[in-house]
Amino acid sequence: MENILEVKELKKTFYKNKIPFEAVKSVSFQMKKGQCMGIVGESGCGKSTTAKIITHLTVPDGGSVLLNGRETLSLKGKSLRKLYGEVQMVFQTPQDSFDPRCTLGDGIMEGMRNRGMKKRKAKERMYELLDMVELDGGFASRYPHEVSGGQCQRAAIARALAPNPQLIICDEATSALDVTVQAQIVELLKKLQKEQGLSLILISHDLALVQNLCDHAAVMYKGSVVEQGAADEVIRNPKETYTQMLVDSVFGWESPGRRQPFIYGGVCPAGCGTA
Amino acid sequence: MEEKITVREQKIVKNRTKYKMMVFGGLAVFVILMAALAPYLTPYDPYEQDLSIALQPPGGSHLLGTDRYGRDMLSRVIIGSQTTIFSALFLVAAVTCVGGAVGIICGYHGGKLDSFLMRVSDIFLAFPGMVFAIAVASVMNGGVMNAAVALACISWPKYARITRSQVMMIKNMPYIAAAKLSGSGTWKMIGKHVVPNIAGPVVVTAVLDIGTMIMEIAGLSFLGLGAAPPTAEWGSMMSNGRSMLQTSPWVILAPGCAIFLTVVIFNLAGDTVRDVLDPRE
Repeated sequence: MENILEVKELKKTFYKNKIPFEAVKSVSFQMKKGQCMGIVGESGCGKSTTAKIITHLTVPDGGSVLLNGRETLSLKGKSLRKLYGEVQMVFQTPQDSFDPRCTLGDGIMEGMRNRGMKKRKAKERMYELLDMVELDGGFASRYPHEVSGGQCQRAAIARALAPNPQLIICDEATSALDVTVQAQIVELLKKLQKEQGLSLILISHDLALVQNLCDHAAVMYKGSVVEQGAADEVIRNPKETYTQMLVDSVFGWESPGRRQPFIYGGVCPAGCGTA
Repeated sequence: MEEKITVREQKIVKNRTKYKMMVFGGLAVFVILMAALAPYLTPYDPYEQDLSIALQPPGGSHLLGTDRYGRDMLSRVIIGSQTTIFSALFLVAAVTCVGGAVGIICGYHGGKLDSFLMRVSDIFLAFPGMVFAIAVASVMNGGVMNAAVALACISWPKYARITRSQVMMIKNMPYIAAAKLSGSGTWKMIGKHVVPNIAGPVVVTAVLDIGTMIMEIAGLSFLGLGAAPPTAEWGSMMSNGRSMLQTSPWVILAPGCAIFLTVVIFNLAGDTVRDVLDPRE
């Protein structure tokens, strides 16, 4: 199977009061068409920045992103808009990802209208998409604050599906939702991936979710990918100390306490090979 | 039970805001309409002089009395509203557009352009406002329009600052990123997603500023840098009558009360607009 995405040596440094912060130091990975890839790691390790670079929302300092073998970082204007037909993103906070002054229907139709689709056709497609994400057509006229987080996230998924993209990046798309709704959204993503043949990148803190849903997983720490491989293998038999600690930090049903000390503030304790 | 009370309270607040909006918004619209239709509302010709009836006290056929040239004060106050209110509205509209545009460019674009334009606004903010306006109006030889331009020079940075901070606050919101991913260009994004979402605080500031601008234009006219005689303008009418404050107080009180009432109406209307646009309400 051919690669849909190849990310090579991405670098991004942010400056706050002229003090540099290397959010992404060296990120390289590749994923196959129709694959689901999970990116895990603690907060601030560069997962979201990587996603934003892939979707062209952040300009990197170096590296390259190849989508279907075509370099995307240099795209501008019309070709960039064409890229947004191929890559889409679902955000962490569903209510904030819709303009508070626009209805969900308008939000879903915006991309179609921007690509020149007639209003009537765009409306038909929008209802089709709402049906696809198991939402009633009445939600089209509702504002983001009038629906629940789960319903809003479904609408966000419908918006992401609108241009028939090949790759969808879900940036912690379930972390702001309660557990039952999380499960529904995960089921929906699974179903859509199967039906549409989508490639998915799941950025998550939830290792169980990545293990269950993803074929491939990459573990990030301090702006670099420290371990990657088959998702089940990475989480069951981690090779790197950091991955091991990340897995051990998760609360378990069987033992109410934590098995290993937490990793505080990005500091990997002694013995961690990546520190 | 507790929830029911909260909902009831919310309804009461909502109804109160609605009622306030109807009253103060209606009054503001009434004042603007009065200014627009002023030539048809004046009982006498506001510029016609008749020295035989000079300085008549209020009452009788001249409800607010007459000035030193025998001109009807009520007619002059009504016709004066046109110059005062429309120059204030024009001024507020101009500074909102200019300051807003600068703020949007700075906030959205950022970088060196933002630094440059903000330093320029700092320079304007560093001058004592009224002194700078007096200097500019003097250089431009007075007149209402020149007074408005002078005041615009000192007022736009405030709007630029407010707009910039609002834009900077929302430009990193996920819905802006989502709009980018929908293929919206910069201008469409600004027009559809940025401007409507920052309009609330800017509109409230502008409505509240109408009263301040009326006072500042009247102030410049009072100093002889606004409307030139015989143009009826509330500030210049007060200036012309200041020597008669003790002998014929109505000459200064009539335009003074008009300024006071108009400023109060626009301030209350601005306050109500803020209540209406505040999402927490």
